[in-house]
Amino acid sequence: MDLKYIWSAFRRKPMAIIGTIMLLTVVVAAIFAPLIAPYDPNQRVQVQPSDILAPPDAQHLLGRDDAGKDVLSQLIYGARISLLVGFVSSFVSMFIGTSVGMIAGYYGGRTSNTLMRFTDFLMVIPDLPLMLVIISVWGRGLWKIILVISVLYWTYTARLVRSQVLSVKERSFVLRAKALGASNLRIITRHIFPQVMPIILAQAVLDISASIIAESSLSFLGLGDPTLVSWGMMLNFAFSRAISRMAWWFLLPPGFAIVFVSLAVILIGTALEEIVNPRLKTHHLFDARKMVALLGVRLPPPEPEVELAIPE
Amino acid sequence: MQRSDYILRKVFFALVTLAGVIVFNFFLFRILPGDPVKGLIHSPRMTQEAQDRIRAQFGLDKPVWFNLAELKAGNIGEAFDTQFFAYLRNLFHGNLGISFSTRLDVGEVLAQRVWRTVILLALGQVIAIVIGILLGIIASWRRGSRMDTSILLWGLFTWSMPTFFFGIILLILARGKLPTGMMVTPGLKPSDGWTYWLDVGRHLVLPTITLAILYTGEYLLIMRSSIIEVLSEDYILTAKAKGLNTFQILRDHGLKNAMLPMITLIALTLGFTVGGAIQVETVFSWPGIGRMMYDAVGKQDFPLLQGAFLLLAISVILANLIADLLYSVLDPRVKPD
Repeated sequence: MDLKYIWSAFRRKPMAIIGTIMLLTVVVAAIFAPLIAPYDPNQRVQVQPSDILAPPDAQHLLGRDDAGKDVLSQLIYGARISLLVGFVSSFVSMFIGTSVGMIAGYYGGRTSNTLMRFTDFLMVIPDLPLMLVIISVWGRGLWKIILVISVLYWTYTARLVRSQVLSVKERSFVLRAKALGASNLRIITRHIFPQVMPIILAQAVLDISASIIAESSLSFLGLGDPTLVSWGMMLNFAFSRAISRMAWWFLLPPGFAIVFVSLAVILIGTALEEIVNPRLKTHHLFDARKMVALLGVRLPPPEPEVELAIPE
Repeated sequence: MQRSDYILRKVFFALVTLAGVIVFNFFLFRILPGDPVKGLIHSPRMTQEAQDRIRAQFGLDKPVWFNLAELKAGNIGEAFDTQFFAYLRNLFHGNLGISFSTRLDVGEVLAQRVWRTVILLALGQVIAIVIGILLGIIASWRRGSRMDTSILLWGLFTWSMPTFFFGIILLILARGKLPTGMMVTPGLKPSDGWTYWLDVGRHLVLPTITLAILYTGEYLLIMRSSIIEVLSEDYILTAKAKGLNTFQILRDHGLKNAMLPMITLIALTLGFTVGGAIQVETVFSWPGIGRMMYDAVGKQDFPLLQGAFLLLAISVILANLIADLLYSVLDPRVKPD
C-alpha cells in the first residue's frame, strides 16, 4: 500500500476533505497570527473599569477578557501552542511507540516480553493524575508538558505496531531478504517499516488530538505554562474569573477552538484508519456483493437501483 | 491455556505494577528538584536548627535508598533505616503523611472523599456503558446508513470534546435550573434524612450527565468497531450460509464475541475516566478526590497529591485485575482446570 494509493482513496472521502480544510484553517491562523489578529496579546493595554470582561462590539469581535485584552487575538495566537503541542508530542510518541513495537515484534522472545510488560504498566496507570503529579512537582513549562505527554502516549502505537510486525515478518519477501543475508536493521527499516507505516501514520494523526486535549486539560487544571496563553489557559482564567459574570464570549470560544482542531485531526485520522486497516472493510452481514465476492462468484457490476438478492 | 496459569500470571503482573507505582511515587517526590521541607516551612525566618528538627521528624536526614556504610559494618537492621523503607513502612500502616496546607492526615482526608468520587464515577460509567453499547450495536448493524453516520459523528464529536469544557457548557445551560456546585445545599445535614439525600442527588445530576454523555461516545465507538470486526470473521459467513436471520446472527455470534474485548476495554478506559472525574469535579466543585487534587495543585500540597495519585493508580490497577479475572471466566478459550 503506497502513499499514492492512500492519497487517492483519501481524496474521495468527504470526512477526510472536511477534516483537512478545518486543520488547514487552524494552521493558517497559527502561522499568520500576527497578520490576522487585530491586536497583539503581548502588548500592555490601558484599561478602563468598563473594559474588563466587556461584551463583544465592533472593535473587539469576541469581547475582552478579565484583564481588558482582546479575546479574539488571544484565541488566534493560542492556535500556535495547541498545534505545537499536538504535532511535537504526537511525533515523539510515534517515534517511541514505533521503535518499541518494531523491536518487540521483530525480535520476540524475552525482549518482546519485557518491552510489552513495560508498555502494559504505563497503560494501566491513569494518565491525567500522573501528568498532574509530575508537572506539579517538576514545575510548569510548555516543553515539560510536551515531554510528559510524549513519554506517556506511545503505548497504544507500540501495541499496534507490534501486532502488525508479527504478521509482516512472516511474509515471503521478509524471509527472502533474510535468506539473502540482509541485516536485521536493514530488514526492519527497508522491508518491515514501509508495510507498517500507513497504520502508524493514521495512529499518529489521532494522537495529535489526544495530545492537544491533554495539554488543554492540564492548563485548565492550573498547570499550563505561565508565560503563554494557550486555549486551556484561557479557559482556566475564564472559568475562575468570568463564570460568575457569565462572560460567554470569554468562556466558549477557546473551548470550541479545542473541539474544532481536535475534531479536524480525528476526522483525518479516522478516514486514514479506514483506508489502511483492511479489517474494517469487510463486513459479511450486510453487504451482499462482498459476500458473493468472497465466495468467488463473479457478478456483473451492479446496476443502479437494483439490489442484489441473496437467497435467504 | 489453563485458568490457574492465566490467573497467576495476571495477579503477578498486577503485583509488579503495584510495586512499580509505589516505587515511582517515592522516586518522583524525592528525585525531582524541590525540597519537600520547603513546602512545609512557610516562614523564611525559621532557624536552621528548627528546619533540621523538621527534617529529622520526617526522616529526611536519612539516606534515600540504602545505608551502605552500615551494611558493610554488618548492621543489617540499620542499613534499612532509610527514607525509602520508612516510606514503605508508613504506607503499609496506611500512614500517607500530613497535608501541607491543612495539616490533616492525608489518609483520613482521602477516606472521607473517596466515596463521593466512587459514586460519581460508578453512576456515570454505568449509564455510559449501557447507552454506548446500545448505540454501538445499532450503528454497526445499520452500517453505512444515515443512522450509523450520525451516531459515528456524535461519537467522534464527544471524542474531540475535552471533559471539562463539556462540563462548562452544561453548567452554563443548566444555571438556575439545577445546582452547579458543591455536594449539598449549605445548611442541610445528613440527619435531615430524605431532604438531605435528595439534595445530594440533585447536585449529582450535572456532573454525572457530563461524564455519562461524554463517555457514551467512547464506548459506542469501541462497540461499533468491535462488532464490525467480529462480523468480518468467517464464522459469521457460515452462520449466514446456514440461513440464520440477522437478529440471530447478531445475538448468538456477533454480540457474545464483541462483548469480550469490551470488558478489557472498560477496565482500561477506567484510567482515562478517572482523569475525567478530576475535570468534572473541578468544574462542578464536587468535593471528591479530583477536586481535592485540583486544590492541592494550586497550593503545592505534595503529600495530598501523592496520596491521591497512589489511591487512583491502585484502584485502576485492581479494576484491571478484576476485569482480567472476569475475562478468564467468560472466555471459553481460557480452560477451567
